[in-house]
Amino acid sequence: MNPLFDIAVAVARVAVFFAFVFGLVVVMTWVERKGAAYIQDRRGPNRARILGLTLGGVFHPLADALKFLFKEDFIPDGAHRLFYQLAPMFALAPAIMTMAVVPFGPPVTIAGKTIALQIADLNVGILYLFAVSGMAVYGVVLAGWSSNSKYPLLGGLRSSAQMISYEVSMGLSVMGILMVFQSVRLSEIALGQGELLYGILPKWGVFVQPLGFVLFLTALYAEANRTPFDLPEGESELVAGYHLEYASFKFSMFMMAEYIHMVVGAAVVSTLFFGGWQFPYLADKGFAFPGGISVAVPAAAVLILRIGSFVGKTLFFCWLYVWVRWTVPRFRYDQVMRLGWKVMLPLSLLNIFVTGLVLLFIDKGGF
Amino acid sequence: MTIGVKKVARPEQMSFGESLYLLEIMKGLAVTMGHFLHNIAHNKEIPTIEYPEVRRTMPARFRGCHRLMKRPDGSPRCVACYMCATACPAKCITIVAGESPDPAVEKYPVRFDIDMLRCVFCGQCVEACPCDAIRMDTGWHTPPEDTREKLIYMIDKLLEK
Repeated sequence: MNPLFDIAVAVARVAVFFAFVFGLVVVMTWVERKGAAYIQDRRGPNRARILGLTLGGVFHPLADALKFLFKEDFIPDGAHRLFYQLAPMFALAPAIMTMAVVPFGPPVTIAGKTIALQIADLNVGILYLFAVSGMAVYGVVLAGWSSNSKYPLLGGLRSSAQMISYEVSMGLSVMGILMVFQSVRLSEIALGQGELLYGILPKWGVFVQPLGFVLFLTALYAEANRTPFDLPEGESELVAGYHLEYASFKFSMFMMAEYIHMVVGAAVVSTLFFGGWQFPYLADKGFAFPGGISVAVPAAAVLILRIGSFVGKTLFFCWLYVWVRWTVPRFRYDQVMRLGWKVMLPLSLLNIFVTGLVLLFIDKGGF
Repeated sequence: MTIGVKKVARPEQMSFGESLYLLEIMKGLAVTMGHFLHNIAHNKEIPTIEYPEVRRTMPARFRGCHRLMKRPDGSPRCVACYMCATACPAKCITIVAGESPDPAVEKYPVRFDIDMLRCVFCGQCVEACPCDAIRMDTGWHTPPEDTREKLIYMIDKLLEK
């Protein structure tokens, strides 16, 4: 068909997913502060007001953004000027790039063309995700080193060691999923999770790979530098860690990168382990429950339910970050390293081994 | 046992469930979610005091910022006897006495400065005063200022409270 249509579709997909992720980033900054307050029996942000309305502090992200825009954008005297300015870009760019491969809905057919609801359906899917998110460590290390200050340097050192260690178990913990669904494409993994396991359970990653899920989630928290693994920022010993010498919009770029990592990470967890856009027991024509009962649902409603299910799962995992942050205290640095190398790595190898055995002897041809 | 020391049972060995760590995290998550939901449902019960609009009611004997009392005709009740300045352990009260225009009263304070940066809020000046001219019952903490000079309270400021 005409190329204009293809371009329009591509732009629309990018725009929609960008708006979704950035909107969620803004909302998450508010959720984090308000959730923290309610968990700790406080009231949280409630001062910023527009026309006398506070609405539970929802205007605070706006106030934050304005504050960051108008603050002085300084460069410390001893800093390496080029790398100091490059570091926030190195932090933000990979974070934005990771969102490209997450499918947020099933393929839809418009005007005789099948359109994947995903910015790019890469055939390397999850490998691209790891490759790009691995780049995020450059932003942290560059920021820590180029600031020419001891605390950022220590924060950068810590986080580079931590992120690289957990990258290993993160990659290995997903291996089980790849073996079960026989694909690295996120769209095919999501599609494969629509089947039923023994006719009862939806074949979600969390049911076929429970250990893999726990390992992946833990590694994800370590990768995103979230509590209990937020040692790079460790306020009590490092003031603020690698972004200590940054102010104004450069600082907000680091903040944005962290929150985009959270949002995309939540989307990836729900895609890999919770069926992505799959709604439990919902087939293309309607609900088909295990007991042989089926309810017909119109195609548009099926699509909306599926996209809604993806959004709902993503929102839940975003909330889980906040929930865990205000529940679990920070680990000591040696504990983080011990957990990473002595617990997570052997367990993820064991997970691959057992998955391989099951696939080879019990269930030939992938469950 | 010392007063206020609470003995907590800490078993030497963690049980298998505890050593797995994940179950304990689940329990912790349940506790925090309990607080979260309770605070959403009972928003009014959050103990936070919204400070500038709502103020904590101070106990009756709370020692806040000083004020000087007035006679019925509006002149200060203080007779510049220097008892408070003598009693003050922080030496923060400066008084300059003058002859009172009222024949029934001998002296009155021309200057009466309290350096709030030095004051330790011990209340000795209030105890020492023979005329009940100085009190600390305003219920106010010293409000912050941007210069040191503003925190030396002159007689006008002390009288208007």
